[in-house]
Amino acid sequence: MTFASHYGYWATIFLAITGLYIVIARGNLIKKLVGLSIFQTSVYLLYIAPGKLIGGTAPIIAAGFQVYSNPLPHVLILTAIVVGIATLALGLALVVRIREAYGSIEEDEILAAERDA
Amino acid sequence: MISSHLPILLVVVPLIAAPVMVILRSGTAAWILAIAVSWTALAIAGVLFAQVAGGGTISYFLGSWPAPWGIEYRVDRVNAYLALLVGVIAAAVSIYSPRSILSEVEPGRRYLFYTMYALCLSGLLGIAVTGDAFNLFVFLEISSLSSYVLIALGRDRRALVAAYQYLVMGTIGATFYVIGVGMLYLATGTLNLSDMAERLPRVTEPRAVLAALAFITVGVSLKLALFPLHLWLPNAYAYAPSAVTAFLAATATKVSVYVLLRYYYSVFGGGAVFLALPMAEILLVFSLAAMFIASTVAIFQDDVKRMFAYSSVAQIGYITLGVALASATGLTAGLVHVFNHALTKGALFLLLGGIALRAGAMRLGSLGGIGRVMPLTCFGIVVGGLSLIGIPATVGFVSKWYLVQAALERGSLSIAFAVVASSLLALVYVWRFVEVAYFREPDAKVAALREAPVSMLVPAWALVAACVYFGIDTDLTLGGAAAAAEQLLLGAK
Repeated sequence: MTFASHYGYWATIFLAITGLYIVIARGNLIKKLVGLSIFQTSVYLLYIAPGKLIGGTAPIIAAGFQVYSNPLPHVLILTAIVVGIATLALGLALVVRIREAYGSIEEDEILAAERDA
Repeated sequence: MISSHLPILLVVVPLIAAPVMVILRSGTAAWILAIAVSWTALAIAGVLFAQVAGGGTISYFLGSWPAPWGIEYRVDRVNAYLALLVGVIAAAVSIYSPRSILSEVEPGRRYLFYTMYALCLSGLLGIAVTGDAFNLFVFLEISSLSSYVLIALGRDRRALVAAYQYLVMGTIGATFYVIGVGMLYLATGTLNLSDMAERLPRVTEPRAVLAALAFITVGVSLKLALFPLHLWLPNAYAYAPSAVTAFLAATATKVSVYVLLRYYYSVFGGGAVFLALPMAEILLVFSLAAMFIASTVAIFQDDVKRMFAYSSVAQIGYITLGVALASATGLTAGLVHVFNHALTKGALFLLLGGIALRAGAMRLGSLGGIGRVMPLTCFGIVVGGLSLIGIPATVGFVSKWYLVQAALERGSLSIAFAVVASSLLALVYVWRFVEVAYFREPDAKVAALREAPVSMLVPAWALVAACVYFGIDTDLTLGGAAAAAEQLLLGAK
């Protein structure tokens, strides 16, 4: 029961580990960024899921509603999403420049080019 | 009154300057603006430092929303000390930068360099003054994202790879931090750091809090390059433009140290952290490893900038060692070394920038006899090197003196011995530079070089002079550090 009722956390943990694994295991610079993005996204879920109360509505005072969801996590994650996009955009821009400079986006080929230089 | 808005002005002035620089699209105009902004930040930080020196705390509510609902900026003796440090370094770097980036950054990109510099400054100062956990994350990312760009502006193509690696590791660090903050928010229901500190003792289920502590420790340690999470640092420092290396080496890692201290002492209340998890022991082991391993690696570097970058990792070890000793003396030693190392490394990297400008290459082998042709630059590096070793009458000595004292207070002769022994490693790598610079005949290429330009020598030597001055007159640095340590331990009760 507790396992199933915490499914939001399990999803979060699964996404976080998946993302981190991709960052570590993949040598392709774009794939690394994808992994990083998945890792960051998992945190959005960590914040958003507990903010929702079952049966809760948007926090606007109105007759007939007693239970409200917490709006603060949404606001925080809106900010975090912007940060995530900025990071991804900058990361991709760097990969473009790396490809121009090295002619490759594979980590091992870049390291090999460095050793030969 | 404008004076009551100083904490927010400290952050907003550089933040607004950044888009103005983009609109102006002129390297010179952006530089003048950067100087104005840096010196304004220094002035504001100085005023704040003086205001809280008596022990008071300035609390500023953003948009007049009272804490804990609104974002609070909270300036006490700890972060005023830090903001002052960032201001001093920014002021020196802003004067130094134009000659240095003239040769290192393409003409069309110079205004962007200053834009990123202003954003980075804004982020670092924001981390220093904010009293809100999530706001701190945003400033952490502002300063980090801009520093990735600053590093990528380096001439060498390896700067791009270094910036990419730093981006990946820095983002993992920041995400770990935000996971920790999320857990603390779930456990306490607040993001205001002082409010959080009040509510944490009432949390009945401590496991989430301990997990948060672990996440925040690892995340911030990545940012402050605690051994063995330092892998991004040597390449980033070695291939970034000289002005950037000096600025980041002197401020970015130091600000992260502050974040760690703020969480350990002001939020978790010091004692609880060190009792619930063996934090002191863990920090102690990594600090000692940093001091010995990074110093040893530094000895075998051929590139002078990389050598001093590894030395930075080692010096961060001294700072965290002070934190790990967890006593008033230990914290004072750590905090004073934050200031002292920033001055020393700032000076060293600024002077190395002069060599980069004149000689181009930074390999030790190609710099033989450079002490003859660039006497002022090389003598400055020697003085900075002496400070790294910890020779009396330099700031490095003051830090190490207090570290040894803190170790002895704890009754640990071996730690005191380790501090002294690792200093000998610093002696070896500094000597390698001295040997190359002074005891070799300059070849034709080196002999044709000239001394670094005055606009670079003056700010660099101002920091070198500060290294010596604060090594003799320790009132400001040691007084500030002791007061900050006292304030941190106050929160630990």
